[in-house]
Amino acid sequence: MKRFLIPLMVFAVLVGFLAIGLMRDPHEVPSPLVGKPAPVFSLPQLATGAADFSPQQMRGKVWLLNVWSTWCVSCRAEHAYLVELAGQTQIPIIGLNYKEVRGDGQLDARKLSPAEEMQLVRKRANAWMAEHGNPYQISALDLDGRVGIDYGVYGVPETYLIDREGVIRFKQIGPLTPEAMQTRILPLIQKLEPRS
Amino acid sequence: MQTLIVILTMLTLTFGIPIADAGEATPMAQDPKVEARLLAISEELRCLVCQNETLAASRAELANDLRVEIRRLIVEGKADKEIMDYLVARYGDFVLYRPPVKPSTWLLWFGPFVILAASIAGLLFYLRKRTARLGNSGGETLSEADLAEAHALLDEIGDRK
Repeated sequence: MKRFLIPLMVFAVLVGFLAIGLMRDPHEVPSPLVGKPAPVFSLPQLATGAADFSPQQMRGKVWLLNVWSTWCVSCRAEHAYLVELAGQTQIPIIGLNYKEVRGDGQLDARKLSPAEEMQLVRKRANAWMAEHGNPYQISALDLDGRVGIDYGVYGVPETYLIDREGVIRFKQIGPLTPEAMQTRILPLIQKLEPRS
Repeated sequence: MQTLIVILTMLTLTFGIPIADAGEATPMAQDPKVEARLLAISEELRCLVCQNETLAASRAELANDLRVEIRRLIVEGKADKEIMDYLVARYGDFVLYRPPVKPSTWLLWFGPFVILAASIAGLLFYLRKRTARLGNSGGETLSEADLAEAHALLDEIGDRK
């Protein structure tokens, strides 16, 4: 009987490791940007099409940067909750529209001139907002995804919590869920901004 | 003649299409030196969208963007190390196929050798114990009576033949 004890123990440990490994989501890669200053950028705004949104404008506020796109299926699922959140709380939500036209596999953006692309992006994004509601104070347009690379975006939607000093405090990969908001983000916001 | 046509068709199907496609993924492919470096760097990097593919092999949109970005950095005169650091700063150590040796990855790098050493030690310990045990019981010689009985049995077999 004793001779089976050691292999059994080794097997139990192995099962333990495998169980932990299977329960983790390999698509959730921890971001090295958490705890670092949010990368600087200046991008055109959806409302005007002109270049004037930059994260420095949000200094002194705790805010959410939500990366989205109309071609992104999970964004559709997330959007209703964002609209609800914007109605319920005071936390500013800024949208970063990621590769609206170039990221859409069904379109060939190379045939478009920059002006045509901007026009199409705004048309698509505005139609989406009109249909599903607009949770964003401002939406910045990242046409070529360069800002997305600086933020380490690899799967839309993603959401960043940025503090008053402009430091990234949290990154949600995938849709922002009520659960993630309640258990992770709201407690963090309470800590960063005690009065709200 | 027919065989030739079949072979040519197969060749076109296997090689023709990737060549036609390559133009779309590499809009800035002019300098072969830059392309060689891009390939070498992107083979060391993981595509974050399809995690078991290298950045060089992946056809994901993001992989394409990152290759364009790496190409730009090469043209700007950045060293390979700087380019790797640029990507690690954005996506973490996970993008590297060869994770750096540091306290949090010691288990990963040295764990297998620790297990190997422990197994060898265990085996040696077991073998030593086993020889000691066999040395005590198996080394005994037969008594006179046992030997006589054994001879008697052997003779009996011999007689029957």
